[in-house]
Formats: sequence, C-alpha cells, structure tokens
Amino acid sequence: MTVELRGLRKSFGGVAALDDVSLTIERGEFLALLGPSGSGKTTLLRVLAGLEFLDTGDVVIDGRSMQSVPARERGVGFVFQHYALFRHMTIARNVAFGLEVMPRGRRPSADDIRRRVQSLLELMQIGELGSRYPDQVSGGQRQRVALARALAIEPGLLLLDEPFGALDARVRKSLRIWLRELHDRMKLTSVFVTHDQAEALEMADRIAVMRAGRIEQVAAPDRVYGEPASAFVHEFLGESVRFQCRITDGQAHVVGLPGVAFSTPCPSGPAIALIRPHEIGLRPGVGPARVVSRHTTGALYRIRITLGDLAFEVLSPEAVWTPYEGQTCGLDLSRARAYPIDGQPAKSG
Amino acid sequence: MNQAATREAPATRAALTALAILLLVALLLLPLVVVFTEALQHGLDGVFETFADPDALASIRLTLLVAAVSVPLNAVCGVAAAWCIGRFRFPGRGMLVTLIELPLTVSPVISGLVWVLLFGANGWFGPALSHAGIQVVFAVPGLILATTFVTFPFVARILIPLMEQQGVAEEEAALTLGATGWQTFWHVTLPNIRWGLLYGVLLCNARAMGEFGAVSVVSGHIRGQTMTMPLQIEALFNDYDWVSAFTIAGLLSLLALLTLAVKAVLEWRLGERAGPLL
Repeated sequence: MTVELRGLRKSFGGVAALDDVSLTIERGEFLALLGPSGSGKTTLLRVLAGLEFLDTGDVVIDGRSMQSVPARERGVGFVFQHYALFRHMTIARNVAFGLEVMPRGRRPSADDIRRRVQSLLELMQIGELGSRYPDQVSGGQRQRVALARALAIEPGLLLLDEPFGALDARVRKSLRIWLRELHDRMKLTSVFVTHDQAEALEMADRIAVMRAGRIEQVAAPDRVYGEPASAFVHEFLGESVRFQCRITDGQAHVVGLPGVAFSTPCPSGPAIALIRPHEIGLRPGVGPARVVSRHTTGALYRIRITLGDLAFEVLSPEAVWTPYEGQTCGLDLSRARAYPIDGQPAKSG
Repeated sequence: MNQAATREAPATRAALTALAILLLVALLLLPLVVVFTEALQHGLDGVFETFADPDALASIRLTLLVAAVSVPLNAVCGVAAAWCIGRFRFPGRGMLVTLIELPLTVSPVISGLVWVLLFGANGWFGPALSHAGIQVVFAVPGLILATTFVTFPFVARILIPLMEQQGVAEEEAALTLGATGWQTFWHVTLPNIRWGLLYGVLLCNARAMGEFGAVSVVSGHIRGQTMTMPLQIEALFNDYDWVSAFTIAGLLSLLALLTLAVKAVLEWRLGERAGPLL
C-alpha cells in the first residue's frame, strides 16, 4: 500500500519529536528510518501504527486518512524492538493471536488458523518451535516469532522497530539478508527503524535520515551516502573528516591549507568541508601532511595523518602510491563537499 | 573478598542462629500452640459446643460475607489503580500512589472512625441515610466499608511495580494485531499479572478476615448481627469463655497457616517468572 505522511507534528512535553515530517512510502518499498536516538524515528513508526497520536498532520494509507482509525483497525504489522511476545502463550498461540481475536464473521476456522500458523512458522524456519514458550528460544528465533505474528494478519504495511538491535553481530548479519529476501518474496511494504547506517545502507530501497524530529534527506542508499544533503547526514552515514573552509565564487578554500580548493554549489561565506577517508588523495612531494603511521587492513592501507593540529585517517588502496611513516606529502581534497555552517542542507546544483 | 564480612567465629554464628530460633519459637510458635491447647483443653466436645452456638456461627458467616464483598471489590479496584499508575504518566500520579498506601499508615481505629463520622447518626450523611432507611454504621455495610478501606492497598501495591516492570509493549502488540481493549486485558494483561494478583488477593483476604480495629469501631458489637470472628473472639474472651474464644481463634489461625502455605507457593511461582522479561 502507498503511505503518505503529511506535515506530521508531535511533541512530548514541549519537545518536538516530529517536526513537520512529510514523506511518501511507495508500494513494495523497503524504507529505512535512520537517525541517532531521540531523532523521532521510533515516534514516527508508532504514529504509523496508531500507537501514538499526532498533534497535527495526517497519515494517509491508500487514500484513506488514518486520523480516526485506531491501531487495531489499521491492519499494520508491528515488530517491536524487544519483540513483545506474549510470554504466557506458546509460540504457536502468539502467532495465532491476531487471527483468534478477529470478530467471529472474519475469523478463520480453528483448523485454518492452525494450518496458517504452521506454514508461517515454517516460512520463518522455526516450524518445530510452535509448542515452546518465548523464554525457551533464542533471540534470533524470538525475532522470527515476532515477525510471524505480525505477518499472520496479512498486513499491508510492516513496521519494524530496531529489528536487529537485541541480536549479536553474527545473527544480525544473516537475518538482514533473510529479512530483505522475505520482504521481496512476500511483496511487503516495510518501514524499519535503525540507528545503524550499515544496516540501512545494506537493506533499504530508500533511507530517510532523521534528526531532531525532521527528515534531513530521503534518497536511495548510494545517494544518501555519496551525496549527503547536509553535514549531519554526511557525518552520520560514515566516517567523515572535517575541515574549516571559506567559500568565494563557488570555490571552497580550506582554512590553513593555501592552494587546496575545490568547487562547490555552496553559497559564499564560512563553511565546513567534509570528506570520507577513502576519498582523500595523498600526493607525492613536499606538502603539509605528515604520516604518523601506516597499517594494512587487507585491501586498504589505514594511514594516520597530522596536519597542523588536525589528526585524521586516510584509507588508501594498496595499488596506488602511499607515503611511508614520517614522510610528508600533498593532499587532494577535490572530492570533499562543503556545507554552510548553520547546518542547512546545501542546494545541489 | 566479601567472605571477610561473614568470617565470624563458629561459636558466634551458632549463638546468633540459636537466638533467632529461640525468638521464633517464643514469639510465633508458642502462641500458636497456646491457641490450640486452650481450644482443646476440654477435648473436641468444647470445640463442637462452640460451633453449635448460633452467635459463633453468625460471626463466621459475617466474616465470610465481609471478605466475599471487600476482597473482590479490592481486587477489581486494585487492578484498575495499578493499571492507571503502572501504565500512564499523569499529574497527581505520585499523590495517587501515596493515597493508596494511606490505609497502611493510618491507625485502623481512625479508619473505622472515619465511617462513623461520615455515616453515623450525627455524621455528615447519617441523618439523610437513616431518613431513607439505610443504616451504615453499626450494621453490615459499615463493616464492609471499613474492611474494604483497610485492605485496599494490598492488591494495588503488589501490582503497581509488577505492571511497571512489564511495560506496555505486549498490550500494544495485541492492539496492533487487532485485539479490542477487552481482549487485550483478558488475554494479555490479566495472564501476565495473575500470580501477583492472586498473591495480593490472598494477603487482602487474610487481612479482611483478621481485621479488628477498624471493624471494632463501626461494629456496635451486636451479638449475632455485627460481630465478625475477631470481635466475637474478644467478646468471648471478656466473658471468660476461654474454650470458645480459643476455638474461633484456632479457626482464624488455621486460616493464617493456610494463607502462609499458599503464599509460599505463590512466591515460588512469582520468583520463577521474575527472570528477565523475554
């Protein structure tokens, strides 16, 4: 289903958790809400589910305003951060819950429910766990139970709050791929909340980066990573090295580095320049940068550089020229991006 | 190492243990033994005689009636109060928690006097009520009111921390799965608090049946009509009817022992479930 968010506002005790959020989620999309804690992403998810009420704005699902539709009538599947499984019910009964509470007219027969629960459990690869209780299975299995329970009601929209937050790194990795495949196979429309940029980059069709109740940028992962709309997005999505710079006539001049400049659509004035460690070029010859150390990390060298009182790391492929420890060299910052100091997103040209 | 703190001489340890056991015997076991030996000093005949007395039977019936009304009432109100306090943040929440504990801190005599002042012949509502033919004080309604007031905190106090700890996530999950409020309460909330609720009801019941002070004030001590078991025991005791007094006391003690046993089982169940939540 298509979900439109129109000017959502919500505040808790005077603090804005959602500050004029507008966004359209397309049918079949896998959207990530990415942001630090307190950025409003979980609030947004709860608003979608009907668990939180808006101050102003509207959620429109398939053309229908959700303003007066309570959570239980939205048909939205919600996977809670800590799964919120019913601890006193077996796993099969957990999954069956959404079917068993249906009004008599719509409720499938007991046999039907049993069959559907079993096939869902098998889809989740936990077909043999139906008679166990939630505290008798592992974290990864609980996650699958939570997902099966949410999918049992055949939701048009699936919401996942930090779905991998409570899992260890190894399980997390394999579940990511599995969940993404499941989404595609079942033709779901999904929104998931995460503070882990790697997770968002790997799984999502689009990423909405949130900060202080606002969406800073919505775009495909490679665009959010490669063309961040603001300094915040740049720094949140990956390692970033920060320089002060001054912009005149579309040229950014890095402060303290005469001759180092790059072109930018950023308006004139003081600004900051951000660049990722692998985008920094090291050039042979006399220059301002001094190499403190150099380690190999497999395919890349990790080179620690000092530049006056700045210290940062550069990632450089083994194939290109790299300086040794103690050497000085030139810097190429032409791939840097400049952002105005007030934090407003740069208008891309 | 924290063993240093417990490295007492064996003799000291033995002495302390002995002292504890001695106190336990002197303060708990001995009175219990006295109750039953006094009750049985004339053999079982004395016991049967006591239970043949219509006033004694009336007091047992009345106690059961008072408990049967006030305990379910407190169970329902306790769950509702705990649900409000455990689930929501609202102005006056802290005040409400304090108010719920009030009956525990106020002397039972005052808990009884309040009702006399409100509903007695010279109380605020007394004349209006007696005009309508309703008698509260020195009658069964007064006993129920006083008992309900005194025993109100037991269920709520046990459920509040339990519900706060369990959080709202499971209820929210039920809502997103299409459950109505009632279905959510019945299938999710209630099963999660059932052991705590039972435990609270048990304590509430023990206190309801054993309450003396508040009940004594509102009772009026009309034999066969407004005497609960504890009041009947006192009356019989004052009449030097030792056997009957201790027989009824024995019955109450048996109830206490039973409560203790069930409580132990419930605590074990509660402890078992008190592990990490999911």
